Amino acid sequence: MIKRSTGLYEEFSRKEGTASRATHYCAGCGHGIILKLISEAMADLDIQDDAVFIGPVGCATFCYYYFDCGHISAPHGRASAVATGISRVLPDKPIIAYQGDGDLGAIGFNNAFQAANRGDNFALFFVNNALYAMTGGQMAPTTLAGQVTTTTPFGRDVVKTGYPLKVCEVFETLEAPVFIERVSVADTKRIMQAKKAIRKALEIQKEKKGFAFVEILSPCPNNMRVDPVKAAEAFTEIMEKTFPLGNFRDNSEKDIPMPADVPLKTASEITGGGREGITTKNDPSFKEKKFKFSGFGGQGVLSLGLVVAEAAVSDGRYVSWMPSYGPEQRGGSASCSVIVGGKEIGSPTIDDPDVLVAMNQPSLERFAPSVKEGGTLLYEASVKSGMEFPKGVRVIPFPASAIASENGVPKASNTAFLGAMTALGLLPFGDGNVIDALAESFSPNPKLIEPNKKVFEAARKWVSDNKQ
Amino acid sequence: MRKFVKGNDAVMIGAIYAGVDAYFGYPITPASEIAHAAAEHLPRLGKEFLQAECETASANMMFGAASAGKKVLSASSGPGMSLMQEGISYLAGAQLPAVIVDVMRAGPGLGNIWPEQGDYNQAVKGGGHGNYKNIVLAPASVQEMCDLTILAFDLAFKYRNPAIILADAALGQMMESIIIPEKVSDTPDTDEWAVKGDLKTKNNLICSIRMDVDGQEMHNVIINKKYDEMQCEARAESYLTKDADVIITGYGTSARIARSAVDALREKGIRAGLFRPITLSPLPAKELNACATGKKIIVTEMSNGQYRDDVILNLNNKEKVVLVNRMGGNLPKVSVLMETAEKMMEGKA
Ligand code: SF4
Repeated sequence: MIKRSTGLYEEFSRKEGTASRATHYCAGCGHGIILKLISEAMADLDIQDDAVFIGPVGCATFCYYYFDCGHISAPHGRASAVATGISRVLPDKPIIAYQGDGDLGAIGFNNAFQAANRGDNFALFFVNNALYAMTGGQMAPTTLAGQVTTTTPFGRDVVKTGYPLKVCEVFETLEAPVFIERVSVADTKRIMQAKKAIRKALEIQKEKKGFAFVEILSPCPNNMRVDPVKAAEAFTEIMEKTFPLGNFRDNSEKDIPMPADVPLKTASEITGGGREGITTKNDPSFKEKKFKFSGFGGQGVLSLGLVVAEAAVSDGRYVSWMPSYGPEQRGGSASCSVIVGGKEIGSPTIDDPDVLVAMNQPSLERFAPSVKEGGTLLYEASVKSGMEFPKGVRVIPFPASAIASENGVPKASNTAFLGAMTALGLLPFGDGNVIDALAESFSPNPKLIEPNKKVFEAARKWVSDNKQ
Repeated sequence: MRKFVKGNDAVMIGAIYAGVDAYFGYPITPASEIAHAAAEHLPRLGKEFLQAECETASANMMFGAASAGKKVLSASSGPGMSLMQEGISYLAGAQLPAVIVDVMRAGPGLGNIWPEQGDYNQAVKGGGHGNYKNIVLAPASVQEMCDLTILAFDLAFKYRNPAIILADAALGQMMESIIIPEKVSDTPDTDEWAVKGDLKTKNNLICSIRMDVDGQEMHNVIINKKYDEMQCEARAESYLTKDADVIITGYGTSARIARSAVDALREKGIRAGLFRPITLSPLPAKELNACATGKKIIVTEMSNGQYRDDVILNLNNKEKVVLVNRMGGNLPKVSVLMETAEKMMEGKA
């Protein structure tokens, strides 16, 4: 039994069975000493009532039997991720995580490494006993070269299984950690240094100065299968050759870097920008209309569909808009489907559009055959295609890019198509809805509204001049 | 107020009004817009957004923040959902509330990014190790992407259990007009169980380990009793089912297609109806039987019969069920649903 520290519970009542004042650790186990050092420092710094302790999986799973503070028992390897999560929502509270060498060095290495790299605000105690203790003495990433474990029965062959992982040295390459030190609890002298480092890490955490990391070399006499005193001696000698003790970094006296401020907003400010007073009306007599808009990514195909959709919404229709996404866009092509209905829209994708707008050759050739009989195909007149158009479809080559250029906005082909659609009567709602939606779409850049309206009108004029 | 928004953005609008405290997630198509919206909006609300190093980490970051009684959200899709299962099992084991959005894409493996519903069993049957269930909600419109996110938080806290929004790529990517909620939900009182780094909650313990076998068994009995109690949360939509001879049932995007088929069949004089579960766990079995008993039943889904199997399991009279499904990113076709219904009415299917 260890001497009581006020950082520990009076009675270990969460521990099942007898001896409610003794720990479950084996005699001579380093965990017992570390438990005492952490609890003393917590008590000294008076952080127990505010602290949250995140325990690992392994012999130290049961930290929550002992420390007199709030506890979370994390999944194997994930104490650092769990500590990251809680430290982000309790930014003022001391957060302490504790992990073994399999837990941190193997299964959870990336979580610990990334937390260290982000400088997440918690103290991380890393107990290195060079093997998996609780599961039966298997090799850990920290297992020494040549060391016999239950999964390296011939000794760890570094050629086949890699070299002992030096976590302090890896973390030292990162910018963010505030404090990094390797200590040992193998003898009294070393315990005194460990005590200082542990206290320092908790002090940093009390002041919320950032990520503090203490690696603690800790003998596991049970798996070394020797008596505790011998274990400690042999351990010190062999371990420190691979894992030299010492402080790697102490930035605790430097200024704490602060993240940049983001101006605050309310929920309604963030989700604002919609329209009041529009109700969607059930109108079974309204015949659903399907539009497909297609072309190159930069031609404003998606926003053309969006203006049509917004105009339909403002007219009280049910509307869905579905874009092409992911690799479909990579080749430079884009398309979207807009369905306007008098009742809830079923599938948002379209196999057979009533109206197809094709702004480039690939999309013309891809989608033209799908246009419904009786439907309309409107395509960029400058596109040369030898394709045969489907029967029963009204086909209109429309000089959108020429009209847009003539009116000073070469990029506004999409607006020209919009004008043509209204003039051709392809949109089942008023021109006013369309013009409003068009203006609204330029609200982030109001200078563009008038030039686009000009293109829109020119397109309408072209249609009336060229009535077929 | 009405706004025309993308399904994935509607999730974040719902989450904001649900009072979400933190988002932890890893990018993946077709769910990434949820992370984009979280990154843009949450810092402005004084809330937390963190891009995790992987979905295993996101789930465990959620575990940490949920332990403090906070409202946590993540969103992902197939491969990322698989990585989250460890954390979800621990959330369920430790009885922690969390909301996870699965914008389903095609699988297995890398599959592709088009809509599918192949994660049904993973979400509905638990997905991770151990005897647990998730609350699973299935939106079928952009409005529901918003509203069910709010409901998911309510239920997750009411039952202290992870809740999954089982959406799909079509619902995530499409836009529809929605009514924006008006009021941000209240913060639930969690002092009884959460660990907040204060005196009041100091003696609480968040854990899923019980070395004593009877204790662990009892824990399983307790959480399973909770799942039975959740049955009262079952929700479904029945559309034109009263006089229907044939019922088409599906959820999410499949249900939208089924609705179109029902309308088209009605126009042809065939009395068809739609049964759409809104909660998949708990499954609205009573409501299913109430409208499907004695009728011809078509199940439509974008998976290999996972939902069909649950329909069969829950039909009291064991009616014959015909499956119309597509996979790989294809959607079921209205025309095929109609042909199937017509054949069944003629006694040919
Ligand atoms: S097995 Fe090793 S690490 Fe575990 S309690 Fe015993 S001595 Fe300590």
